Amino acid sequence: MKEIADIPEKTMRHSSPLLRLIAMLVYAFLYIPLCIVIVFSFNDSKLNAEWVGFTLHWYQTLWHDHEMLLAVRNSLFIACCASTSATILGTMAGLAIHRYKLKVLPILAFTPLAMPEILLGVSLLLFYLQVLNLTLGLLSIILAHTTFCIGFVAIIVRARLQGMDESIFEAARDLGATPWQAFYHVTLPLIKPAIIAGALMSFTLSIDDFVITFFTKGIGEPILPIQIYTMIKVAVTPEVNAISTLLMLLTLTLIILASRFDSSMLRDPSR
Amino acid sequence: MSLIEIRNVTKRFGSFVAVDDVSLKIEAGEFFTLLGPSGCGKTTLLRMIAGFDAPDAGQILLDNEDIISVPPEKRPFHTVFQSYALFPHMTVAGNIGFPLKMAGKSPEKIEQRVTRTLAEVELTQFSDRYPHELSGGQKQRVAFARGLINEPRLLLLDEPLGALDEKLRESMQRELINLQADAGVTFIYVTHAQNEALALSHRIAVMNRGRIEQVDTSATIYNFPVNRFVADFIGKINLLGAQVIAVSTQHLTLNVSHLGEIRIPSKASVNVNDKGVMAIRPEQVNITALDPHTPNDGKRVGRIRDFLYIGDVTTYIIELADQIHIEALLANSVPGQAQLFEIGDPVAINWQENAAHFFPD
Repeated sequence: MKEIADIPEKTMRHSSPLLRLIAMLVYAFLYIPLCIVIVFSFNDSKLNAEWVGFTLHWYQTLWHDHEMLLAVRNSLFIACCASTSATILGTMAGLAIHRYKLKVLPILAFTPLAMPEILLGVSLLLFYLQVLNLTLGLLSIILAHTTFCIGFVAIIVRARLQGMDESIFEAARDLGATPWQAFYHVTLPLIKPAIIAGALMSFTLSIDDFVITFFTKGIGEPILPIQIYTMIKVAVTPEVNAISTLLMLLTLTLIILASRFDSSMLRDPSR
Repeated sequence: MSLIEIRNVTKRFGSFVAVDDVSLKIEAGEFFTLLGPSGCGKTTLLRMIAGFDAPDAGQILLDNEDIISVPPEKRPFHTVFQSYALFPHMTVAGNIGFPLKMAGKSPEKIEQRVTRTLAEVELTQFSDRYPHELSGGQKQRVAFARGLINEPRLLLLDEPLGALDEKLRESMQRELINLQADAGVTFIYVTHAQNEALALSHRIAVMNRGRIEQVDTSATIYNFPVNRFVADFIGKINLLGAQVIAVSTQHLTLNVSHLGEIRIPSKASVNVNDKGVMAIRPEQVNITALDPHTPNDGKRVGRIRDFLYIGDVTTYIIELADQIHIEALLANSVPGQAQLFEIGDPVAINWQENAAHFFPD
C-alpha cells in the first residue's frame, strides 16, 4: 500500500517542465469557468461582462425569489428521498454482488451507470407513463434518481467488501453470532464508511441531475437545475451565478465528505 | 466414545475432490494435527468441522450425534484463523468479549471474564487498543484468548503460526502446548509444516490428495512411515531404487542400486521381485573414515561430495556412484569444527538394520 502511494510522488518529482505545463493548462481549462461563475456572482452589475464592484446583492435577490426557493426545497427533498432509498437498495446490491459470485449481478447493477442519461430518461418516462400510469411529479423524479444512484452505492459498498478479509465474517459466525448478529455487529460497522460515502454521493448526483430530471419531472413543480436552465434561457443574470455558486459549494462539500468516509473512492481507486 | 468422529466424509468442488472418503476419530483432550501439502484437503476438512462448508457425503459426529445440519454459531467449537480474523473495529477487550456477548452474557459478567482473561494472556495494558495497533504475536494471543474464553469443546486452528517469524514461532509453539494442556480443550491443528506438527501434536493425520495416508503419534509417523509419501513428506529421507530378492519371516533382502544386497526387517504384503525404494533417514546413516591401506571387505563405501553446514548439524552428501548420492547428518559436537570430513574423503557408511525401510512402487 505504501509503495503504491509512493509512485505518483516520485513521478511528480522527476516530471519534466513540459508535463507540468500541460497539467496546469488542463486544470486551468477545468477550473477557470467555475472561478468565473463564483467571481461574477459577487459582481455589482447586471451584465456578466466586466467587473464593477463587490456586492452580495444577487444572493439577496435569490433569497426573495420564491420560485427559486421552491425549486431548492423540491430538489433537497428529492435528493434526501432518493439518496436514502438508493443507499438502502444499493447497499443490499453491493452485499449480494460480493456474496453471490454470479457474473450477471454486477452487470445488472452497474449497467445503468454506463447507459447514456438521455436513454435512461426516455425509457423511464415511457415506463412511468405507459406501464405504471404514474402522474409525473416529485414521486417519479425520486424513483428515477433512486434508479441511477443504486449502482453507485453498490460499487462503493462492494469495493469496500472486496478489500476485507473474508474470514472476519466467518469468525463472527464461528464465535456464536447468528447471521443477523454477524451482520449487525461486524459487517455493518465495517461497511459503514462506504454506506455513508454512497449516500453522500447519491445526494450529490441527485441534486444536480438535469437530463433524467427533465424527462421525468412533468409540469408544475420547479426543480433546481431545470430552474437555473430556464433562467439562463431568458438572460444570464448574476443571480444564476449566485445559485450556481451555492450549488457548487454544496456539491464540493459532499464530495469531500464522501471521500473522507471512503478513501477507496477518490484517493485510491486501485483498492 | 470419541469427541469428534468423521465418517466417510467427501467434499467436491466441481470435479475436484478436495476431501475423499475420510474417516477419523478425535478423542477429548487431544492435540490432533492435520498435516499435508497445500491443496491436500486439510483446510477443507477443518472448515467442514467448523460448519463453514457442508460435506457432499458422510457424517460428522459430536458425542455420537450428527452435526452436519448445525450452523457454525451453534457448534461448541471456535476457530483460530491464519489471518487471526480479529474484528478491526473492536478493541482487544471487544474482540475477546465477543463470544460472551453473542452468548447473551450480562455486561458485568463479560467485563469480569474479559479482565481475567486479559490478565492471563498478559494483555491487560492493551485492552483498549485496536488490532492494527498490535504486533503479530499480540494479535495471535488475542485470537487465542477470543477462541478459548467461553470454553469451547474444541478449538480449530488453521495454520495459526504461519504469519510469524521463525524465532517467535518457536516460542509460540511452546506457549501453544502449555495453553492446550492448561485449558484442557481438544485442539485440531492444521499445518503444512511437518516440524511444527511433530513438535506439537499428540497424534498426526498425514493427508495427501484428499485422503488420509497415516494417523499416528509423532514418533511412529517419523520412524515408521507407512508409505513413500509419508516418508518423504515428514522430515528428510534418502530414497534409493531397490528390488526385493528374498523374503523370509524376519527379513527382506533387497538389491539396492550401487549398494548391493541389504537386509531390512520384514514387511507385510511384499513379494520377491517387487520394485520400489529403500528409504533411510540421514541422521541414521553413520559415516566412518576409510583407511585407504586396509581392504574394505564388504563395506559400503563412497566419497564425500559436498557438505552443508547449518550450525548445529552438518549434512554430508556422499557419492556412491555417478549421480547417486546419500545424505548423512552429523551433529557438530566438537567445538570450533564445522565439519568432520573433507570433500573427496573416502568414507564407509552403515546403519542399524531396522533403520532402513522398503516402499514398493
